[in-house]
Amino acid sequence: MKNIIEIKDLRFSYPAEEGKEPAEVLKGIDLDIKEGEFTAILGHNGSGKSTLAKHMNAILLPTSGKVIVDGIDTADESRLFELRQQAGMVFQNPDNQIVSSVVEEDVAFALENLGVPYEEMRRRVDEALRAVNMYDYRLHSPAQLSGGQKQRIAIAGIIAMEPKCIILDEPTAMLDPRGRKEVMAVIRKMNREKGVTIVLITHYMDEAAQCGRVVVMDKGRIVLDDTPRAVFSHVDKIKKIGLDVPQVTELAWELKKAGYDISSEIITEEECVNAIKKLFEKEQEK
Amino acid sequence: MAILETQELTYVYSPGTPFEKTAVDHVNLKIEAGEMIGVMGHTGSGKSTLIQHFNGLLRPTSGKILLDGEDIWADKKKIRDVRFKVGLVFQYPEYQIFEETVYKDIAFGPKNMGLDDAEIKRRVLETAHDIGLKEELMERSPFELSGGQKRRVAIAGVMAMEPKILILDEPTAGLDPAGRDMILGHIQAYHKRTKNTVLIVSHSMEDIAGFADKILVMNKGSLFCYDDTERVFSRAEEIAEIGLDVPQITKVFIELKKQGLDFGKDVYTMEYAKKLLLRQLSAKEVK
Repeated sequence: MKNIIEIKDLRFSYPAEEGKEPAEVLKGIDLDIKEGEFTAILGHNGSGKSTLAKHMNAILLPTSGKVIVDGIDTADESRLFELRQQAGMVFQNPDNQIVSSVVEEDVAFALENLGVPYEEMRRRVDEALRAVNMYDYRLHSPAQLSGGQKQRIAIAGIIAMEPKCIILDEPTAMLDPRGRKEVMAVIRKMNREKGVTIVLITHYMDEAAQCGRVVVMDKGRIVLDDTPRAVFSHVDKIKKIGLDVPQVTELAWELKKAGYDISSEIITEEECVNAIKKLFEKEQEK
Repeated sequence: MAILETQELTYVYSPGTPFEKTAVDHVNLKIEAGEMIGVMGHTGSGKSTLIQHFNGLLRPTSGKILLDGEDIWADKKKIRDVRFKVGLVFQYPEYQIFEETVYKDIAFGPKNMGLDDAEIKRRVLETAHDIGLKEELMERSPFELSGGQKRRVAIAGVMAMEPKILILDEPTAGLDPAGRDMILGHIQAYHKRTKNTVLIVSHSMEDIAGFADKILVMNKGSLFCYDDTERVFSRAEEIAEIGLDVPQITKVFIELKKQGLDFGKDVYTMEYAKKLLLRQLSAKEVK
């Protein structure tokens, strides 16, 4: 598989305030993301994860280093539109992303700007609304929708552009558990069925556990990059940087520390249940 | 005697229009003084409408709210006093900060209560300490602070009024795990010092499991349950069904029980799960 995103020694500082040294937010990031991958970028507030995400569709440009998305250097201003069509971005607050008073018009907004012909636009908008399970609401006003529904409309607006890659910056942070589940289901479906590359910025470890790959950031650097299983097995390290691991992972880790024979790579409830049952069966045999 | 009581509390939005909706439906509730209570319910369950009645922001369509045994709407002019006694911290309270300095922002509520300067100062500094804001921040502009600090300033502003009942609507929304643990820890410190009643609204049982005395769950406008934390957790499966998050660890122990490994206890914290399993495992070894 070829890389859709290539980041080479990316450094970034926000402009310095008067009399102060500029603070470096990204301190040398090297990261390649393959086409069709489902990657979570996990980190606490201030770790640089959102800053990194904003480099992936040229909202921010590197202070030094390079970011290449689908073969386009993000610093190449002449190809900015092309780049943003291939890498769509969804933000945290659904209310800040809705521009129209009718759902389907909102989803069509970017397509209208791109000058997509009517028939084609109609097809893409309907498809996108179906993909996020919001087709029945196409003539509703977004103002009357729940946060989870609004966020799915925002995602539909991106899907309608048919990008190769969607970057989501904490899309569920302001949603309730039901809204979070709805949004995660839509993201997973886009990845699985359409092969869209997903970069999910989050601090929810349960969301990261559903991804194929987890990149953990701390203080502007990548500190872990592996499968969720392998990443969460570093319970100590992850807790030290202020993040959680799934409770089932932590429980297994505690049992292992106490000398019991249990895997340190447990991330689902089912695995945990089976592992605990096995422990008790073993003890009985002794 | 209960500090706060609701009797058949009902609230209907837009009555008489096609948008008519009963948001709170005949809720009867008694809250004892000094308790730490978790309030849960998904979006649209009526929990926000309910708590907005507790300090008189909303007036019931029917039914009553008693504060210290008195109907808060008996004398409309006294509703201002109710708002001093019951402090409400909204979601994302950092958007409500407006003063020039942190000190002035926290002092705004106490000042409105007509307290003298010495008392205001005591309250500002004590609550700032509870919520983990250092004294050197007091003269800074609140707008220079980090998001988490701003939120703590906003919470301190309500705490400084020393309300008998403090209600916080999702105080940890949008925070990362470290920020969440910090805010919850500070709220516990405040509760411990003042012994005032505290209600925390949350979507997540995991957040409040560790320290709430009681949990109140709203569903579809009705009171689903209001009971000791342990008893509410013994109904974890029903609670998951109404769309709320149940701790992963609780789900694991429910499944183990189904598969024949019953430890006879409901588990809702990591700490307890670990102790329970280690004890059971070592007991087996002895045999």
